Amino acid sequence: MNENAISAENLTKIYTRGIEQVHAVDHISLDIRAGEFVSVVGPSGSGKTTLINVLGCLDNPTAGILTIDGRAVFTDGRSLSERQLTRIRRELFGYIFQKFYLIPTLTVEENIMLPFTFFRKDGASENVSRLLHLLGIERRKNHLPGQLSGGEMQRVAIARALVNNPRILLADEPTGNLDTARSEEIGQTLTELNQKQGLTIILVTHNPSLAQTAQRTITIHDGKIKK
Amino acid sequence: MISIYKVSFKNLLRKRTRTILTIFGIALSAWVLASLLGFNKGYEASLSRDIDNMGFQVLLTAKGCPYEAATLMLKGGTGLRYMREDVVQQVTGEPEVERVTPMLMQVVFDPNKGESGGISAYLGVDPVTFPKMKSFLEFRQGGWFTDPDAMEVVMGYEAAELEQREAGDMLLIPEKEVELKVVGILKRSGTQDDGTIFMPVRTVQTLFNKPGELTGLGIKVKQDADIVAFEEKLYGLPDVQVVSLAQVKQTIMNLVSTARIMVFSIAIIAVLIAMVGVINTILMSVFERFQEIGILKSIGAMPWDIFKLIWIETVILCFMGGVVGTAMAFGLSKITEVLIRNLLPYAPTGSLIQLDARLVIMTMISVLLIGVVSGMYPAWKAARIRPLESIRSEGN
Ligand SMILES: Nc1ncnc2c1ncn2[C@@H]1O[C@H](COP(=O)(O)OP(=O)(O)OP(=O)(O)O)[C@@H](O)[C@H]1O
Ligand SMILES: [Mg+2]
Repeated sequence: MNENAISAENLTKIYTRGIEQVHAVDHISLDIRAGEFVSVVGPSGSGKTTLINVLGCLDNPTAGILTIDGRAVFTDGRSLSERQLTRIRRELFGYIFQKFYLIPTLTVEENIMLPFTFFRKDGASENVSRLLHLLGIERRKNHLPGQLSGGEMQRVAIARALVNNPRILLADEPTGNLDTARSEEIGQTLTELNQKQGLTIILVTHNPSLAQTAQRTITIHDGKIKK
Repeated sequence: MISIYKVSFKNLLRKRTRTILTIFGIALSAWVLASLLGFNKGYEASLSRDIDNMGFQVLLTAKGCPYEAATLMLKGGTGLRYMREDVVQQVTGEPEVERVTPMLMQVVFDPNKGESGGISAYLGVDPVTFPKMKSFLEFRQGGWFTDPDAMEVVMGYEAAELEQREAGDMLLIPEKEVELKVVGILKRSGTQDDGTIFMPVRTVQTLFNKPGELTGLGIKVKQDADIVAFEEKLYGLPDVQVVSLAQVKQTIMNLVSTARIMVFSIAIIAVLIAMVGVINTILMSVFERFQEIGILKSIGAMPWDIFKLIWIETVILCFMGGVVGTAMAFGLSKITEVLIRNLLPYAPTGSLIQLDARLVIMTMISVLLIGVVSGMYPAWKAARIRPLESIRSEGN
């Protein structure tokens, strides 16, 4: 992997609402090194979700340059094809969100293996049992999501995001639905993944203590990085 | 490893009632479809058999409406017309003729038959020529009468059952107050002969006071003869009607085709309704899983993967509906038959609906085709969902 997992230069995302223009991300430049654990904080509506969606190739920026692992993904309005973007997404990124989006009719283990239905990296099969163990949900592997607690469901979602060995984990308020104790557990899990496996993590959170578990915290205000 | 088929299948289990109702809708259309296809086949086969079992290819009757003649001949109905016996000599001389057999039909209302009385059909036949023409008729008991003036009868299988007669018993003709001896009982033939009571034609003429009169003359044409040219010649005979069984068959098939078109329209409507039902169900489940599908994309599904996922769901639904529907077609064929019989101008004896493996395959293919076609739009819709949209609609 390149030294910089993600590199952004004057990244801008403008939403048009009627005649009004919202600069959700306003000329942001940042580098995230491979293996770094970065948290993103800021008031509601400041542009955190927009930023991490653009960084994670889920959304196209209006302007700016985005380079992922040395590959130019967006260069001033020109982007790769949807197909190429899907390929980058599935090879490099894992995503978790505030909601867990587990398939209710599939067991925990099947939910974790679900990405293999579409794409499997070499040697990724062994990850299933390793992640079940690492995330402490082994005993739950044959249960349906409806039988789990919120914290357990989020850990299943994390396992599913990691099963194909992504380089970068993007987490948008993963503890938004969890209580303090569960949030701390998730925080510890992320720290472990970062330290033991060198996983690059970008974590958006409203929780100050969770933000502090990261090596670096980026504060966003009105679409800009606050120094 | 979890296959895309398993994922699709499990998705269908989410809303069980909806899935079952949709399957049932498809099953209904598969049932109609299978029954219709089976009907086309069965009807023509039954009709051909009925007509071949007459033993002759041309029938002469007294002049009248051809449709009436056709139904009269096949149903043995009322409104009899008579012709003179000398027509037998006129026709026998023709070179194309192999054999002729005169017939005199009489119908009597029997107040003791069944609960409220019923119709008994007596067919006077020639003891020499008729058995030769109908050589395929088999006896359960006894055999044909031989004396042209015998006071004897041969009973069709069902007629004998109904009257509870054995060979050797006596049979009373209502109104006539005469008893005839039962000399033979036929095996079941699956044609209208089953319900007929045969006696020598002369006996009928005497009993019913119709000397020298006939209601029909069956003509068996020589194998290499030109039937059409022969029929042309027969048209020259005065006061008789030429009924070509080939034409009768055609006429009935034409009448039936109207009913067939009706049934076919019902089938098409059933198929369309099933399709709309399938599209609706699948579209609904796509919209319900909007976010989930977006997530599938974020975990690596290509648009084509999502397309397949939804498409397979539709095809599974239709496949199951097809299986249930064909099972219904087999299981309910008796009921279907009654329904169809009520729609038809003329229904031959024997089973109208013939179901076989080829038909099952055809029905399954049609139903799967419904699935393939109706799955396309929802699948395409789903394939176009972008991963981001789902996260957006989270509403945060
Ligand atoms: N699809 C959209 N269309 C128009 N405006 C949008 C859209 N998505 C976000 N915005 C606007 O962009 C700005 C940044 O939104 P964003 O969701 O990135 O904020 P956030 O920091 O994640 O907020 P929160 O902490 O509440 O999740 C907000 O003003 C929001 O209203
Ligand atoms: Mg947000």
